[in-house]
Formats: sequence, structure tokens, C-alpha cells
Amino acid sequence: MDANVAQSPSLPRIGEPAPHFEAETTHGTLRLSDFEGSWLILFSHPADFTPVCTTEFIAFAEIAPELSKRNVQLLGLSIDSTYSHIAWVRTIKEKFGVDIPFPIIADLNKEVATAYGMLMPGESKTETSRAVFVIDDKGVVRAMIYYPLTTGRNMDEILRLVDALQTSDEHGVATPAGWRPGDKVIVPPPRTVEDAEARMAAGYECQDWFFCKRAL
Amino acid sequence: MACVNPDGTISAVAGKVLLAADQGADERAMAEAAGVPVYRVRASLRELVQAGLLTQADGAWAVTDAGRAAAAQAAGAG
Repeated sequence: MDANVAQSPSLPRIGEPAPHFEAETTHGTLRLSDFEGSWLILFSHPADFTPVCTTEFIAFAEIAPELSKRNVQLLGLSIDSTYSHIAWVRTIKEKFGVDIPFPIIADLNKEVATAYGMLMPGESKTETSRAVFVIDDKGVVRAMIYYPLTTGRNMDEILRLVDALQTSDEHGVATPAGWRPGDKVIVPPPRTVEDAEARMAAGYECQDWFFCKRAL
Repeated sequence: MACVNPDGTISAVAGKVLLAADQGADERAMAEAAGVPVYRVRASLRELVQAGLLTQADGAWAVTDAGRAAAAQAAGAG
């Protein structure tokens, strides 16, 4: 086996348990298991005191109340010290009037960043990319988003993603492209000929046997 | 924002968690009492146990004498 391959950490995968961590944060030492029972958005940013990251932190703070209504907590991360995080959070409050309500991991040894595949050496060897991991209340990775250093993330899409995942869990359905709460949802395709026949008579809005929608 | 400071005093949140633990509250009730999310309560409980301010036996929390003193001091400071 190639030695480099053997040393590469296994990256998180959708549907598998999120890698355990215990990390120093701006809210004290936190473990992944501390968030059990809540959904968690673990996100990384390249560095403190940088402009795009500052706009993102303000935006994350703005959606924090909406996320809280959905039982979702936020947890940031970068390869900076706790002192740097504290200073940056205080600067954001002073210059922009925004409180950052969520903890930020000080991942100076890159332990969490490595476990979660947040480093993209082709882009930067010293900064984490703009990664987002949506982890459900049982500690399972449900979605991952990666953005490059140059491009700030879209909070509306993160909220939409959480809504879609929680709706799928609650109702056993899927959601179509661009779905928003209140829109019709996709009824999962039938797995047997019998089910295919049955669903045509089930009152769903069907274009064909495999493509049916319904209101919630 | 660690709940136990280097000088042995505890934060206001940790004090509220201790008081709630002393009254038999569960994690959610402690979170409500302290006005913080449950993950902060879990982290605080771990830290308070490590500092010898709180013990757990058979699932029940017990505040130590040192814990009561620290909670009283935190309440006074808050």
C-alpha cells in the first residue's frame, strides 16, 4: 500500500458518525458529544481578522436565532489561538455592533481540521477552507459544503439545507431542487412494481410512476 | 469562557449550574437556569467535577463543600 495513502486520515462521509473531538474553544473545552441531542453546524474559516471571514461571522450570528429555533447550534473553527478568536470577536462587536454567540475552536495543532478534512493544501497549507458540516442530533454527518478562500458562504442556503434535512427526517420524503418550506415534496420512488401501481392511485401529484410530489 | 478560573473561582454560569445541580435539576433544567445551551452545561459539569466542586454517583449530582463555597462566591460576585 502507498505510504501516503496509509497515512491519510479518513474523511467524514455523509451518513457516518462525525469524528469525535475535544477542543479548546472560546466557550471552554468542548467535545462533539456535548452537542448530542442538538443538531450542530461545525464550520471552518481561513483566519481571524480577515474581511470575508468577518462578513461570514456576522452572517452566521444573524442566522443563529433561526438555527436555534430548529435545535441547531453553531461551532466555528480556524487555525488560530483562543486569544486571537477572543480579540476578533471583540473587534466585531466594537466595529460592527454584532455579538458572536457561538463558540470557536482554536485548532492550532490542526487536529480537528485534519479529522474533518478542512485543509485543502492545494489552496493553502496554513488556513482551513470554508467548510460546513451539518451533524444531526445523533452525531451523524448529514451534509457537507466546501467553499474556497475567496468566496463567502450563503447563509440562506445553510438554513434551507437544515430545513430540507429535518423535513426529510420528519416526513420520510425527499426535497426537489430549490425546495423551500411550504413547497411540495418528493415521494420516494417505489421499489416494487406493486408499489408503483399503488402510488398512482394514492392521490399524489404524479408526472410518472417514479416522479410524484405531495403537499405536507 | 472556562467555568473554573485559574484562581479557583467559578463563572456566574458555573455557579448557576452548581445551584441547579444541587436541586436535582437535569441538564435541560440546568441550561434554563443558567441561560445557556445544553452543550455549555455538559462542558461545565465536566469541568466542575474535575475541579472537585461536584461529584456524580448513580446518576445523581452532589455539590461538594468547596462547590457550595464557590457557588456562593459566584452568586455574590454576580
